[in-house]
Amino acid sequence: MAETAHPSSSSPPPSASRRIYRHRLPTRLWHWINAVTLLVLLMSGLMIFNAHPRLYWGQEGANHDPAWLEIGATRETGFLRVGALRVETTGVLGRWTDRRGVQQTWAFPGWATIPTRYSLADGRRWHLTFAWLLAIALTLYMLWTVLGGHLAKDLHVRRGEWAPRHIWQDIRDHARLRFPTGEAAARYNILQKLSYIGVIFVALPLMIATGLAMSPGFNATAPWLVDLLGGRQSARSIHFIAAWLLVLFFLVHIVMVLLAGPVNELRSMVTGWFRLPPGKEGDA
Amino acid sequence: MSDLILPRRRLIARVGGLSLSLPLLSACDAINEAPPVRKILSLGEKMHFASQRALTDRDALAREFTRADISPVFRPNGTRLPAGKAYAAHAGRGFADWRVAVTGLVARPLSLSLADIRAMPQRSQITRHDCVEGWSAIGEWTGVPLRHVLAAAGLKDGARYIVFRCADRIGDADYYESCDLVDALHPQTILAWALNRRLLPIANGAPLRLRIERQLGYKHAKYLTGIEAVASLDGIGAGKGGYWEDRVDYEWYAGI
Repeated sequence: MAETAHPSSSSPPPSASRRIYRHRLPTRLWHWINAVTLLVLLMSGLMIFNAHPRLYWGQEGANHDPAWLEIGATRETGFLRVGALRVETTGVLGRWTDRRGVQQTWAFPGWATIPTRYSLADGRRWHLTFAWLLAIALTLYMLWTVLGGHLAKDLHVRRGEWAPRHIWQDIRDHARLRFPTGEAAARYNILQKLSYIGVIFVALPLMIATGLAMSPGFNATAPWLVDLLGGRQSARSIHFIAAWLLVLFFLVHIVMVLLAGPVNELRSMVTGWFRLPPGKEGDA
Repeated sequence: MSDLILPRRRLIARVGGLSLSLPLLSACDAINEAPPVRKILSLGEKMHFASQRALTDRDALAREFTRADISPVFRPNGTRLPAGKAYAAHAGRGFADWRVAVTGLVARPLSLSLADIRAMPQRSQITRHDCVEGWSAIGEWTGVPLRHVLAAAGLKDGARYIVFRCADRIGDADYYESCDLVDALHPQTILAWALNRRLLPIANGAPLRLRIERQLGYKHAKYLTGIEAVASLDGIGAGKGGYWEDRVDYEWYAGI
């Protein structure tokens, strides 16, 4: 999920190591702002979750109500429970040892949260401030994507790409780690397009919407939003699930970067210039 | 034991030397504690407050629910029973002598009994209580809108904030809270004496608590003894406008 985009307009004849200007400045800037912002939001979000490590559906939910997800501790173990499924997670979730060697029973361990020691107040400070950064950067990037041609040129899914056979072929290529080379690597493939569109236009806006739906002040102004999401506790649950979907995206993203050539990929996201992986004649 | 009196940052630095992965975590916490960072981190609250005040309807009502939506158990939080003989004595007498003082920048300071409060116009509302921790509970609250009380006392021109004094102490300090006049005069901001059509239980703030429906739970001061109109929050507590704001740096504006 990190391979390609537009070839420079004055394409020289294909050669083994043709370089293309692949990521324009707004993309690179947004990418790295996001990398930092999402990491801070995730880790401070886990701290906030620690204050009440139970999730519910509907408007309300507290300790007396049934939780669909719970991270907790028994006398000796830590556990994660999702519905009826209960997994022992001692050492990682629910019961773990902090860096002073003290047993803690907060849901997520200190190395995963901001700050490392329990502080709901500080977690909220980081989360609510970086949420602004996420929202402003995303809004600007969405505008640029739509108005600046990024959507039409790079992310637009062409009719042929919607064919189930084409999608299936791309899935198989990814599964076999067969990445496009030559001119084919200059464009995003269908799975990339869907992933990027999904993150920019679905997952991140959903994070912001579910986040706002937990704000009592915003609820008074826009009750339709919290209704649309099925209630405040549902919004909190969706916020949590969507956060982990973004983590999943991140993991696949990193694996793809490593497999596709980390130096080339990283350089393209810093300088914008990407070297097309050499391919066989007519591969494009 | 001597570790206990070390400043936290030095303690973290000292403990942080224990293994290779530790300095990184210590660095993270040092960043969290650094004054310039604290300043940046307070931007979020300021921006949320400013944008909500600027862009949203200041009188927008919090959603009201039906009796069918009421939570089977309304979870109490914070103080569940104020310590001390004075409160116990009041509770023993059914709060018959309980008084709420209305003071500060008002034309007519008041000392209201619960009977006085119940003789004023009343409002009932079934609302969702959102705790800063993340849980929510729905309950029906009955009481007098604060704006009637403030109108009776006559707010003076300089008044900008309302401070709520409480009978409960946590640790070494009295609980208190505060809000601006937008929330103080909001129609759903009430001094509640009943929960789910029964007298307020002690765990939920008997005999009188604040409901400030567009903010998080810690703003809803319980065991109310005083209402004070002030021009500034400086000099009250540690100056941040509330018990938890002073102690752990919770947001003063808890509408987010």
